[in-house]
Amino acid sequence: MKITKEIIDFHGLKSEEYSKIKLLLNREPNILELGIFSAMWNEHCSYKSSKVHLKKLPIKNKNVIQGPGENAGVIDIGDDDAVVFKIESHNHPSFIEPYQGAATGVGGILRDVFTMGARPIALLNSIHFGDPKNKKTKNLLNGVVSGIGGYGNCIGIPTVAGETKFNSTYNENILVNAMAVGLADKKRIFYSKAKGINKPVVYVGSKTGRDGIHGASMASAEFDENSEDKKPTVQVGDPFTEKLLMEACLELMKKDSIISIQDMGAAGLTSSSVEMAFKGNLGIELDLDKVPCREDNMSPYEMMLSESQERMLIILEDGKENEASEIFKKWDLDFVIIGKTTNSKNLSLKFKNEIVATIPINALSSNAPLYDRKWTKKKFKSKKVKFKDLKKISFDEAFFKIISSPNQSNKKWVTEQYDQMVMGDTIERSGTDAAIIKIHNKDKAIAVTVDSSANYCKSFPLNGGKQIVCESWRNLISVGAKPIAITNCLNFGNPENPEIMGEFAENILGIKEACEFLDYPVVSGNVSFYNGTNNNNIYPTPVIGGVGLIKNLNKIQNHRFKKTGSNIVVVGKTFGHLDQSVFINQIHNLHDGMPPDVNLLNEKNNGEMVFKLINTGIINSVHDVSTGGIILALAEMSISSQIGIKINKPKKLTNIFEYFFGEDQSRYIIEVDKKNYSKLESLFKENNIYFDNIGTTQNEYFELDNDLKINVKELYELNNKWYNQFNGLNN
Amino acid sequence: MKFAVIITLKKDVLDPQGKVIEQTLQNMGINSLKNLRQGKYIEIELNESDEKKAKSAIENMCKKLLVNLIIEQYKIIKI
Amino acid sequence: MNSSVIVFPGSNCDRDIATALTKLQFKNKMVWHKDNELPKSDLIVIPGGFSYGDYLRSGAIAAKSNILNEVIKAANSGCLILGICNGFQILIETGLLKGALLRNKDLKFISKDVYLKVTNNNNKFCKNYKKNNIIRLNIAHNEGNYFTQKDHLKELEDKELIPFKYCNKNGLINDSTNPNGSINNIAGILNNGKNILGMMPHPERMIDNLISNTDGIGLFTSILN
Repeated sequence: MKITKEIIDFHGLKSEEYSKIKLLLNREPNILELGIFSAMWNEHCSYKSSKVHLKKLPIKNKNVIQGPGENAGVIDIGDDDAVVFKIESHNHPSFIEPYQGAATGVGGILRDVFTMGARPIALLNSIHFGDPKNKKTKNLLNGVVSGIGGYGNCIGIPTVAGETKFNSTYNENILVNAMAVGLADKKRIFYSKAKGINKPVVYVGSKTGRDGIHGASMASAEFDENSEDKKPTVQVGDPFTEKLLMEACLELMKKDSIISIQDMGAAGLTSSSVEMAFKGNLGIELDLDKVPCREDNMSPYEMMLSESQERMLIILEDGKENEASEIFKKWDLDFVIIGKTTNSKNLSLKFKNEIVATIPINALSSNAPLYDRKWTKKKFKSKKVKFKDLKKISFDEAFFKIISSPNQSNKKWVTEQYDQMVMGDTIERSGTDAAIIKIHNKDKAIAVTVDSSANYCKSFPLNGGKQIVCESWRNLISVGAKPIAITNCLNFGNPENPEIMGEFAENILGIKEACEFLDYPVVSGNVSFYNGTNNNNIYPTPVIGGVGLIKNLNKIQNHRFKKTGSNIVVVGKTFGHLDQSVFINQIHNLHDGMPPDVNLLNEKNNGEMVFKLINTGIINSVHDVSTGGIILALAEMSISSQIGIKINKPKKLTNIFEYFFGEDQSRYIIEVDKKNYSKLESLFKENNIYFDNIGTTQNEYFELDNDLKINVKELYELNNKWYNQFNGLNN
Repeated sequence: MKFAVIITLKKDVLDPQGKVIEQTLQNMGINSLKNLRQGKYIEIELNESDEKKAKSAIENMCKKLLVNLIIEQYKIIKI
Repeated sequence: MNSSVIVFPGSNCDRDIATALTKLQFKNKMVWHKDNELPKSDLIVIPGGFSYGDYLRSGAIAAKSNILNEVIKAANSGCLILGICNGFQILIETGLLKGALLRNKDLKFISKDVYLKVTNNNNKFCKNYKKNNIIRLNIAHNEGNYFTQKDHLKELEDKELIPFKYCNKNGLINDSTNPNGSINNIAGILNNGKNILGMMPHPERMIDNLISNTDGIGLFTSILN
């Protein structure tokens, strides 16, 4: 079959990239080889547009065992325990088929974690949808949520935290990011690097079907006339098989049989085999007749590019084949030796006794294209909102609108579809600043959170990048955890557009600066470009997944008020920054202006102070102040505890809107017993921490001077009513 | 007029349920079993005497709600 | 006291229940579904999860496994059997308990803490609870909407075979306090011999105040005594 320009275009390769392929091969590739190149050289596998920027991120501290470049990042949490975690996007598949797209997203990230020898202990997600009024939103939302639940619930890993957001920027391109966290023995981490020649390469798990073969429909139309049967198909997740695969792999990992192991994710058999060979500086030879296939007459092209789920590739030590195969037999899974490692440094594929492809491994990996794409700095619309120009609205009306809005309303209707308690170690579930998972049978725990701020990142990518890292850090501090490291999922528009590339480049710089300052490195992650349609790119939406350690289970905290009559204190200074706040965006529909400034020094000082307070045990509850400002944070504390508040405006205050809706960073709200207040005050003064004592907790009413008064039960109803309305509305 | 709609996953789409049912039956000793796929069955009765019109109404229901055309296929049978 | 936990492919609360049993001083063994023999047990637990992916019908395929024949024999000779969540569904599919578990009324998976009233404590599983105690346990299921024929329902009520009903924190039992549409707010049932209990809520998730509460402990200590 002749490689035409049309075929090259269809594989998403540029003509100069095709010339490079010919140069590297010293000949024209055949269609199979072209498919393999296109899979390995696409953005997803090669990181060709992002690599130059990603290199700037800090990836090490004393806790990091493995940074980016493996299936997932690994950190040390003491006592030989390691935590393995990563976040990944499944945006496009979820837009096409929300249930299966989201489900396979969860399945994929779980494999990344158990491939490294970790038993997954928690799932998180960050999901972003278009305007609730958009016709597609309801279906997408319900499909994605049931898909995430369907997979996680079935496999038996608790989904403990996440965020569900709405913004019209995602009308035609939703975001579905899933994060998995696992626990491993520090001395038994498994990597993808192959070692040794003539070692058996084993295929385990589900059979290979024609799932998600992107180039195949066109290519196969040329192969034969029966093209209807060969259309690429949507990947269907099978959590039951994944559960078996997970148990089988973890069982095999207890023995000394595995040299290297890699999950077959995007670009399936191709990327897994190339990855293993490349890292080991070896070649790999596969006999495609041996690949377990679900359908008849599958071509080498289809086998190599299939994205069927729940499959793994393992390189075994000599003589361990029987022992390993017994384990997979026990779990009713395929186990087939399909090839071996070689010293040729080529990927060599055999089919029907013929060599059908020979490609130097380096050509697919280290020689993949790398772009330092043109990018432009963000131009600012520096218009600052002038409060006196805003249309008049009463404080309570604005507050009621916000608390019952899609973004700020309670997400119980989402999280109640996820099993949050299975595995029996979930100390804090969704709805808190960070979820807390106990380390099984030990007196310690980890805290986990996912965060994003697309509005901030759009208006000022550099600050937005800093802010999300800080918010993640703050959320972990708020539950009493010491933040250790993050994983990031960078969802952006088209990188060939210099403005979008600029958003990316500046955002990375912001993330880098905050991560360095807070000693909070990036250990894994994923880049998702091309989110958007034509020239309509999504807001830059980096999502940060943070993990922290709690060494003492008696020193954990949450945001639920504990009693009436305690003092309520805002830690950190309130300037009243309204631009890009929920109040300005939602109530006044204004989107210009800069997000709040991020002062890393204050962030660190205030955070360390709060961490110390939690550890001395003199405070009753803590909540970080984020979108919606102080009043939203207070409302969440009241709603979750059904304890009211009586707040007095600080005396020096000029404008209650700015004070209570302003979104200045580095702030927390804490509840402290009256009897401990003076001790607290002196601690703040000693450490030079700014604070405001704003009122007390009380029974029944959520009250702010004469500007707001509502029964906490009504407040709860208000915060919970949106979803039912939404579901009824569009029926 | 009464119709049956049979909905199954498209031929190449993985059918996890069918796979497990098939394996279980085989384990139970049913050796002649070659292949099994599962799906949904829906019965619909219409107030419509023209078969052509009725069928196109059902067709419409399939496309608009009953079938997920991305992964499923359907068959309409008059009963 | 000796306990056995049956593990099917797709069981996922097996470790949780084993942790609870061990913590509460049972001598516990795990039993793989392909085994043909049961260790000597005073209590057999069929744990929650998604045995065989819940494919075909929840519990239907697990009910056909080798080990279930042994469980049925043990049940008939009076051994205590506890089925939780998917375990309850499996007991129904084997016929050890009567009725059916349908999809939740709002067709969604439900995972949350719910209140239960101990409506009958005159059995080996609940004697350490007081009658009409209100406890809080976690549920997590898609198909927990219990249904049975009128005469069986009457039998269940008359013979005190319903140990738990869904309620609110004040003990009110009605539609508004019913999370899944279960008939008469039933959360769990016993067989006539009162040695088999099937229940949707998870007592094993409620044995530690740090994680949740300790309302589930009463069930295990009842069995121990």
